[in-house]
Amino acid sequence: MKLPTQFQDHRHVWVYIELEESQVNPVSIELLGEGRKLADKLGAQLAGVVMGPPKGGGGGPALEEAFAYGADLVYLVESQLLTNYRNEPYTKALTDLVTIHKPEILLLGATTLGRDLAGSVATSLKTGLTADCTELNIDSDGSLAATRPTFGGSLLCTIYTLNSRPQMATVRPRVMSMPERQTKPVGRIIRHELTMVEEEIATKVIGFLADNRSDRPDLAKADVVVGCGLGIGAAINLKHVGALARTIGGEMGCTRPLVQKGWASSFRQIGQTGVTIRPKLYIAAGISGAVQHRVGAEGADLIIAINNDPHAPIFDFAHVGVVADAHRLLPALTKAFSRLMPFRERQLCELRVKAYE
Amino acid sequence: MHIVVCIKQVPDSSQIRVHPVTNTIMRQGVPTIINPYDLFALEEALRLRDRFALEEKRWLRNPSRGKVTVVTMGPPMAAQALRKALTYGADRAVLVTDRRFAGSDTLATSFALACAIAKIGERFGPPDIIFTGKQTIDGDTAQVGPGIAKRLNIQQLTYIKKVTRIDHLRRSVDVERCLEGGTQFIESKMPCLVTMADGLNTIRRGSIEDSLRAARCSILTWGVADLGVREVDKFGLKGSPTVVKRVFAPTPRAQKSVQLETASKTVGHVADELVAWISSHQPKLADMPLSKSGA
Repeated sequence: MKLPTQFQDHRHVWVYIELEESQVNPVSIELLGEGRKLADKLGAQLAGVVMGPPKGGGGGPALEEAFAYGADLVYLVESQLLTNYRNEPYTKALTDLVTIHKPEILLLGATTLGRDLAGSVATSLKTGLTADCTELNIDSDGSLAATRPTFGGSLLCTIYTLNSRPQMATVRPRVMSMPERQTKPVGRIIRHELTMVEEEIATKVIGFLADNRSDRPDLAKADVVVGCGLGIGAAINLKHVGALARTIGGEMGCTRPLVQKGWASSFRQIGQTGVTIRPKLYIAAGISGAVQHRVGAEGADLIIAINNDPHAPIFDFAHVGVVADAHRLLPALTKAFSRLMPFRERQLCELRVKAYE
Repeated sequence: MHIVVCIKQVPDSSQIRVHPVTNTIMRQGVPTIINPYDLFALEEALRLRDRFALEEKRWLRNPSRGKVTVVTMGPPMAAQALRKALTYGADRAVLVTDRRFAGSDTLATSFALACAIAKIGERFGPPDIIFTGKQTIDGDTAQVGPGIAKRLNIQQLTYIKKVTRIDHLRRSVDVERCLEGGTQFIESKMPCLVTMADGLNTIRRGSIEDSLRAARCSILTWGVADLGVREVDKFGLKGSPTVVKRVFAPTPRAQKSVQLETASKTVGHVADELVAWISSHQPKLADMPLSKSGA
């Protein structure tokens, strides 16, 4: 299908660079890596979009990072109005930039901020937006093929944006791998002025209360994760999962049904609608391996699956499979691991597990 | 006070199965439910309405009573979801249905719903707040809410935990917003669109009067013609910039998983074998935290 003429001069690949207290959010770096591949396939340039308050708050380090991870140029919008993220000024700035400079592809991280921003920018531009992609590719005719799980995560689908530009997509943190950092000088920077005044903005950020770190596990960054699904049988068996996780210094994760049953908190959910993990070791106990879960877990370096159903789909993407009852094997595993530890360590660890129970 | 809640009827995704041979969805017999995330939105709307009614009773001789209107777009059978919402206590229900809406993506859906909400505003008075769930369980895009807000040109407040205060004189609302690292406190103007985060309230059971009323209440059904919109090509497939070209089951890893032999072995032996396997195949794990961290 031929693209309407007004879109034919859309060319480059853009990545929105999300700042967290003037630090670049890792998801933006993962996207720069992915954007670089797309841009190379298209023979186009890769641009980063940086927005924030003037000097000190944004600019400097974010610009360096963007170039170091592969951007050819950076669009920079600095304004006092962009101090905290608010939908209106950010949407206006990004929409204006797109209208003026016409990118072919615009990628954002599927974070709270990214999803909030992407939805309103896409609607303003009347263009297509594919959420939570797990794979991005350039088709033979040069259009973006965005793949994401569908139907509650039981199948995958590939989505195209036909008659409008830019083609927008969001990608969840940790889904794409981190690119190599290169030492590159800061390149071309194109500045843009935000034409807006405070009075036009309906929202005010009054305050922020940080969560107590300890009750929110940082699953996404954990090196070792022990996950469990309905196959563990009963809520009481969660303690075996917790004990193993504690013994090997990992975090505990779970599948969506467990959260829906109220056995675990939603922060622990691994999968399409939960957290994407990339640990060095992932032990999946009693997890059948629906696509919903798979897309969140298959980035792990080593996946050990324990399930009593030899035909469970988890064995399709695990590296090692054990057909066994998870609630019986887990305590044995905990023991086997703790035997590897020096005596003192082991004692400490057992105490910790006891205290936890 | 007038509150509009957008809901969606979805297949209960926990019961969806994929046909092992043809890789198609087996829809037969899969029950439909109201999108669970929308129930948090509905409950918050009902609470606000009730709170408002109490305040008015205290100060006014003729309280106007707030109203909650639920709206959905979908096939005629989506009326079931609306009926259910009425039994929870919503005051009226609008079903937006037309063959020409079929194949809508998020952009076209948000256009149709925005048109319907504008029309609801004309009929029953402009809404002060529009609620949606944070996303649906079948699409999981979280785009329709922000889309509606943009179409109606009102403020969007996403991932809201709670509406803490409404100031009717100054037409402002205070909300708590759920962010990755904590809670943000925001003041915004009304009208606005709120997408509710999950898990912070529980849908009420609905009184017997509500059930009786729901059974009698007629559901308004609007098609494209009723919305009074000229730009018909913005609806449905025609108004959707995105198309799904391919639906497929994920391919198994080229290398099948190594199966550990478990028959005729005690769990203890299997565990030892597994641990040995891990330490030999993942040397990186040699410097694994192994309880060095104070996990």
